[in-house]
Amino acid sequence: MSPGLPTVDTAGPLLRVRDVSVRFGKVQALRGVSLQVMRGDFIALVGANGSGKTTLLRALHGLVAHHGTREVLDPQALQVMVFQRPFMLRLSVWNNVILALWLARCPGRAPRMGRAERAARAAQALRRVGLEALRDRPARALSGGEQQRLALARAWAVRPQIVFLDEPTASLDPSAKREIEALLEGFRADGLTLVMSTHNLGQVKRLATRVIYLDRGEVRVDLPTERFFADHVDGRADLFLKGELSWSLE
Amino acid sequence: MNDFEQSLRTALGLIVGADAELVRTVALSLMVSGSACLLAAGFGLAAGAWLAVARFPGHRSVVLLMNTLLALPSVVVGLVVYLLLSRSGPLGSWGILFTPTAMVIAQTILVFPVVAALTRQLVGDSLRDGGDQLRSMGAGAFLCGLLMLLHDRWAVVTLLLAAFGRAISEVGAVMIVGGNIAGVTRVMTTSIALETSKGDLPLAMALGLVLLAVVGVVNVLIGFVQRGRGSALAGVR
Repeated sequence: MSPGLPTVDTAGPLLRVRDVSVRFGKVQALRGVSLQVMRGDFIALVGANGSGKTTLLRALHGLVAHHGTREVLDPQALQVMVFQRPFMLRLSVWNNVILALWLARCPGRAPRMGRAERAARAAQALRRVGLEALRDRPARALSGGEQQRLALARAWAVRPQIVFLDEPTASLDPSAKREIEALLEGFRADGLTLVMSTHNLGQVKRLATRVIYLDRGEVRVDLPTERFFADHVDGRADLFLKGELSWSLE
Repeated sequence: MNDFEQSLRTALGLIVGADAELVRTVALSLMVSGSACLLAAGFGLAAGAWLAVARFPGHRSVVLLMNTLLALPSVVVGLVVYLLLSRSGPLGSWGILFTPTAMVIAQTILVFPVVAALTRQLVGDSLRDGGDQLRSMGAGAFLCGLLMLLHDRWAVVTLLLAAFGRAISEVGAVMIVGGNIAGVTRVMTTSIALETSKGDLPLAMALGLVLLAVVGVVNVLIGFVQRGRGSALAGVR
């Protein structure tokens, strides 16, 4: 485990949602979703476009207004989210990480940390994602893959318990994808709990411990990864896996 | 020699000769408009950032009002401030009518909507790109707005330059609340108005050219800062 990371209990739920529904105008994005995120899970959210993966991530993270209940069972647990297209402030790579650390320790979230600790954590995070040499570059001048690594550094630096990832490797080239996957594997090895939406089923097999299949805003399947790919518990999930889920079936 | 040529010669002469009256007038113009812009920036940037993130009943009406006030006539501002500060007005006891302070107040009121409305638009656009991500990192709504000001700082500088341009080029408000008193409240624009009314068109035109030159110099200085920054950010998306 990397130094300074929180001690992780091996079991027990971190986050629970019950009967969560989200509506955007006339569109019902989520319908009565109930699930628990357990410590150490690496959950992959899969499903067709518009199935509600991103909305579920946002609901789990508390970024979207919803009906139903959302309980963070460990109030000290910091949560962060890495977006498909990370937003970088027009600051240097270094200052983007420092800012994330400052925000994560805003009053009410977690204990404040001193300047020296922030600097140490930022350096450690940039080293971890291989961006140490680029620390003085403007963050927005980085390539897409580098920006995604910086987003992961920003997330990891704050020592979160849960990381939500919204298609973190979408639109990246194969080499950048591998780099991100390697970092995510490292995060999991550190004991972080990860919840990731993705369309990449190979990535799901390689990384996830649990798969949640969403269809039209509903959770249809919630199984360990091996069983999700081996068992045929849901017709629409099978069609999705075969790439045969057509619009006519919607 | 036509009037325009004569104006150019006069303007050049005034600048090269560092005419004392001209220097005093330019200095007062810069002081009044600069102070007004600083005050309007303080209130307007905060108000604009807040309007970009706040949602309350009547929010749309406030935004509409702010946008409408972009076209606020300077003479109307001058008149309102005059009524407030005149002896019989509610703030008459301050005794600041026909002073530079009154001019600063009037110009602050004039440019505040410019700063606030444009800031709201600027911050709102940036929040659409990254507001959720900042909130996800722990920033509260208002802090998100302020961080977007940092993010868009060069656009904010341009915005403030536009506000300064609006302030230094207006004549109605400062004429009414300042009174165009020589050596006390006479600024560039009121001088131009005075010389025009006296029929000294070349001098009025020359002062106009000097005013343009002053704004031009401020613009060039900001341009240098931005260009220096731009080259440091070459390739930044």
